[in-house]
Order: sequence, then structure tokens, then C-alpha cells
Amino acid sequence: MTTPLLELRDVHANAGETPILKGVNLTLHAGEVHALMGPNGSGKSTLASVLCGRPSFSVTSGEILFEGKDLLALQPEIRAREGIFMAFQYPVEIPGVPNNHFLRTALNAIRRHQGQPEVDAFDFLALCREKMAQVEMPEDLMKRSINEGFSGGEKKRNEVLQMLLLEPKLAVLDETDSGLDIDALRCVAEGVNSLRSPERGMLVITHYQRLLDSIIPDVVHVLSDGRIVRSGDRSLALELEEKGYGWLEEAAGAAPA
Amino acid sequence: MSTLGFREAFEALVPDAAAPAWLGDLRREAFQHFEAAGFPTRRQEAWRYTNVSAIAETTFELGSDAGEDASVTRAVNGAAFGETAATLVFVDGRFAPDLSRTLPEVATSLSVSWAGGSTGRPGPLGELVDPKLHPFAALNTAFLCDAARIEVPQNVTLEKPIHLIFVATPGARRVHHPRILVGARASSRATVVADFVSASPEVSFCNAVTEIEVGPGANLDFVLCQRETSPTFHVSNLAARVDRDARLATHTLCLGGNLVRNDLQVRLVAEGAECRMNGLYLGTDRERIDNYTEVCHEAPHGTSAELYKGILAGSSHGVFRGRVIVAPDAQKTDARQQNPNLLLGAGAEVNSRPQLEIRADDVKCSHGSTVGRLDEEAIFYLRSRGVGTEHARTMLGQAFAAEIVDAVPDQGLRDALLALITARLWTTGEAS
Ligand SMILES: Nc1ncnc2c1ncn2[C@@H]1O[C@H](COP(=O)(O)OP(=O)(O)O)[C@@H](O)[C@H]1O
Ligand SMILES: [Mg+2]
Repeated sequence: MTTPLLELRDVHANAGETPILKGVNLTLHAGEVHALMGPNGSGKSTLASVLCGRPSFSVTSGEILFEGKDLLALQPEIRAREGIFMAFQYPVEIPGVPNNHFLRTALNAIRRHQGQPEVDAFDFLALCREKMAQVEMPEDLMKRSINEGFSGGEKKRNEVLQMLLLEPKLAVLDETDSGLDIDALRCVAEGVNSLRSPERGMLVITHYQRLLDSIIPDVVHVLSDGRIVRSGDRSLALELEEKGYGWLEEAAGAAPA
Repeated sequence: MSTLGFREAFEALVPDAAAPAWLGDLRREAFQHFEAAGFPTRRQEAWRYTNVSAIAETTFELGSDAGEDASVTRAVNGAAFGETAATLVFVDGRFAPDLSRTLPEVATSLSVSWAGGSTGRPGPLGELVDPKLHPFAALNTAFLCDAARIEVPQNVTLEKPIHLIFVATPGARRVHHPRILVGARASSRATVVADFVSASPEVSFCNAVTEIEVGPGANLDFVLCQRETSPTFHVSNLAARVDRDARLATHTLCLGGNLVRNDLQVRLVAEGAECRMNGLYLGTDRERIDNYTEVCHEAPHGTSAELYKGILAGSSHGVFRGRVIVAPDAQKTDARQQNPNLLLGAGAEVNSRPQLEIRADDVKCSHGSTVGRLDEEAIFYLRSRGVGTEHARTMLGQAFAAEIVDAVPDQGLRDALLALITARLWTTGEAS
């Protein structure tokens, strides 16, 4: 049996002082795309935050293994260098730090960590141009400060661009589809699909089924009140689309405490 | 606090053989002012935040540039940033011809003009900084034995900057009194960089005075770059006079020194005069950096825009006081002042005080000061992409400083400054 790319074992986690995740189990193998769905406030972003090591989110029990190694022992930057990428639900604006300078620094930090040669400014520019065309992002956004003055859609494209450049082993996308128009949605989906490969895994967090029409998931999980209450194939997403999340609450209410 | 230590040195100073007679009188008079005033104390309003007793209690020694010194040469070479119109090096306050490249008539030293037989008292010398008001300026004049002398003739544009480098010879408790005289004549355009560097890791005291005249329609950028690496007391007095439709931009970069005090006074004396005062102070450890600026709008339609940014790491302490005076007939004045600060260290501190004295009614004046910390969300975002914490903090510090660096007129100098700022931020990131 191969070691899973990502494994969560009975993960309990707090956001600040508040318990949010209440025993999450999840196994994701390289080559798989999993979708994580669930109503607002169910803990999807908390799960994502825990995976990328965001301060003020803490795992109180359980374990998370990345390629069989203890992920929780690693600082956020080391997780990134080991190959985890998070597309944030709300990317921050960083005035004064140019996108291109930041991304080359990040790429080279990752490459150094993985024992690959660094990319010089010239090659980086070429690489960047190629990926920007892929997400249909105007080139001047690269010279601008990170996300400063970007529209919501541009920010999301920028997240996908970063993902394409950094070529992670595990990509976690936190509602990258929310609030996007059809064009932007297509770009995001194409970006994700272009990265699909037998070595990579993806966890696509979404509130809506529509993204999953273009990014076909291997497994769909439903998170409710900090627990994965159902897992299944893509038909589960369609079922949710049809029935809404209402039945979950009933199911949760009926479940023994 | 005693001024005695300086008397002996004052009497022992042997001026240049070719020095003109007026120099002795000027020096004696200045020394009397210094002795009469003594070192300032914190009881004086202008010195409330800065205690100079450490300077007063140390017996400093004037170095005597004893020929070639490898560490001086290394420090001077290290300060180079690219092509210049002239590079003038002053060691212990005296011109060092072997390390310099003058631009005759334009960028030279007083001692060189004396040797060439011109012994008149040059333009702004002693006219702009009042030794009665500034004991440190009086002390500088008392030890005047040479000066950098810049004269940009009418209608002349210098494409490349003039680089002035001031350094003391290695030795215990060195003092030097750099003096800079700049005359930018009508409709000229130039950039002058005054660079202060260290040649040894020992305690030293640099006491500089700069006098600048900007003639009608002229455009001058003046960069004051304090980048001493040794434990340094640095006191600087800069005074400028800006004439009709002229523009002066000062760039004050405080990137080194344990105790730094800068006084900068700009007078806009005729209609349409403009000044831009940029400053960046980057403190680490227990450094204290005190910037006092004063702009006097003396005529109508003057513009002043001031932006001083502070980055304070460790337990450093920054002080910014910005005084704006608008005279009764200086109508249509536009005066802006901003002082954003970034506190990096847990023990870091900043005092920011604007002081507006507006005696005209039809003016636009604004000021603002802020104190903030690094955005933790931004740091996390950078880290989540693989950038280390130290590197992330440095990037954000650079971003904060960028506005000031970007306004510096020479690309080579901008690159050098950025490297310097990066190096300083990097070490402070690890420390705090
Ligand atoms: N920093 C925080 N401190 C306390 N509670 C938080 C914090 N962040 C999120 N929460 C709470 O945790 C719950 C789950 O939020 P989140 O993980 O963002 O859900 P989702 O992404 O599924 O909408 C919500 O009730 C939210 O209010
Ligand atoms: Mg969310």
C-alpha cells in the first residue's frame, strides 16, 4: 500500500479558543482530487488554516501526516517548501511588495529546499508570462504590489497563478470559485485541471457544485459542524445541489451527541 | 558638562599653511560661542528627547590624517555606488586628494582653493547656520580647517551626482567635523550626496554642518546618508536657503549610529520656492535617532512637502519633530508633513511632534503621524508561499521604506541604499 499524500486522523482543532473541528478523518492519495463541501461556518476554512499552519488556529488532538511525516511539527514556510499550497479564500493585499519579486523569492525558496537550482530573473519572467497567459491575467499585474487594488476575481486568478508557478504536491483551494464570473471560473478550473497529475493531490473546498462540473472530483466529502458526515463520489455533490444542506442539519440534529 | 576637553584640542589645531587670515577669527569667535553655551541639556526644549551627556563626557581626539590607511581606503571604496561627476573624500575633516576626483571650479575643497591662491570667504560659509543657536555648529566652525565646496554655475546641469565621503581615521574616540558648502546658482541642476562612513569599529563622533544656497530657478537634490557602522555619535546641522522658483529636495537617511541628531532648517525666501524633505530612520538595538526639521515659508506661493518614515527595531528610540512656520505675508503656502512609523521591536519607541506656526490666513497646511506594527496577516501570506519569517519581515520593511528610497535620484545609489536597508532589516529581524 502506498503512503497517502495527506492523512488526517481524528483531528480536533480550535479557531482561537473556540473548538471548530471535532474529529476529522480524511485520506487523500497522490493523483486524487477531493472536494470538501459544507454549509457556511461548518469549518472548511478552519481545516484549510490548520493544513497551512495559520497562527491562532491550533490542533488540540489527532494528527496530520503529509507523505507520512508529521505536518504539524513544521512551520508554515517549511510546509510550503515541502509542497503544500493554499489558495486563500481571502488573499491579503501587501502594498509595496511587488508580485514578481515576491513570487521569484518564493519559487527559489521552494526550489532550494527541494535541491533544485534557482531560477534567474530572466527565466522567471518567461515562466511567469506563460502561466499568466494560462490564467488570462494582464502582465502589468506582475509588477504591481501583491493584490493591491486587485478585484476579487484578479485576486483569485493571482492565487491560481501562484499555484501554477509553485507546482505544489498538494494544492488546497479554499472557495477559489466564490464570487467569480463564468470566465474567471473557467480559468480557475483550467488552471487546476492543468496541474492534475499522478503525483499531485488536490483538496478543492467549495460551497457550490458548479465548479465540480469542470473539476471532476474523485471523492466528495461533506463537512458539517466540524465533522465529515458523508463521503462519496461526485454524485454526492449533485445530490447536495438538489437537496441543499438542510438535510444535514436534520441529520446532525438526529445524531446522538 | 565640560567643554574643557575641546579647548586643548582647539588650541592645538594647526590650520593649513595657506589658510587665509579670516579663518582664525571665525574659528575663535565660534569657539567662544561654544564655550559660552556649553553642551545642550534636556532642560532645553530642543533637546528634550535627546541626552548628549555621553558626548560631553567623552574626551574625543581629532585624528590627523597620517597618510595612507588601508581601512580608510576600504571604507571609501565600499561607499562607491556608480559613476559620479566628482568624488571628494574628507578624512578627519581634511580633504584627501589621493582618494578623490575633483571637478575643478565645481566640486573641490576649501584647502584646494587656498592652495590655488583664492582666499576670499566663500558664499554661504557661516551665513546660514547660526553658531549662537547651535552649540554643535559652533564647535564645528571652531575646528574648521577644510570644507567640501560645491559651486554649480548658472544654467549648468550635472547629469551625475557629486559624491562626498566623510570618514575618520581609525583610533580610539575619534572626532571629526565635516563641513559642506553648496551653492547651486540660478537655473542649475545637480545632485549632491554626503556620505558618512566608518573605517573602524571604535566609538567616534561626527559633527557635521552643511550650508546650502539654491539660487533662482535652480533644482538641487541633497542626500545625507548616515551609514556609519561603528558606535557613532552623529550630530548634523543643515541649513538651506531656497530662492525664487527654485527647488530643494533633501533625503536624510539615518542608517547607522548610536546617537543621531539631525537638525535641518530650510528657508523658502522668495515666491514659488519649493522644498521636499524626505527622511528615513532605521534604528536597531538601543540606538536613538532624533530628527528635527524646520521649514520657514517667508514668501507667497511656497510649497513644502515633508515625509519622514521611521522603522524602529530592538529597543531603539526615534524622535521626529517637524516645525512649519508660515510668515504673515507667505500667502498661498502649501505645506504638508507626514511621519509614519513602523515599530518592529517590543522595546522600540517613537515620539512624533508636529509644530505648526501659521501667521498667514490663505494657506494649506496638513500634517499626520502614525505608529504601526507589521501586518501579521501579510507575514503569514508570504510564509505560506515558502518565504522565511525573517525574509518576510525584511520584505515588508523594505516595502515601507521604498517610497523614500525610490525618491533618491540615482539608480546606483538607490541600489546601494536598498542593500543597506535590507542588511539592517535582516539583522534586526533575527534579533527581535
Ligand atoms: N479566528 C477565529 N476565532 C474564533 N472563531 C472563528 C475564527 N475563525 C472562524 N471562526 C468560527 O469558526 C466557525 C467555522 O468557520 P470557517 O472554518 O471559516 O467555516 P467555513 O469556511 O466552512 O465557512 C465559524 O463559526 C466561525 O465564526
Ligand atoms: Mg470558508
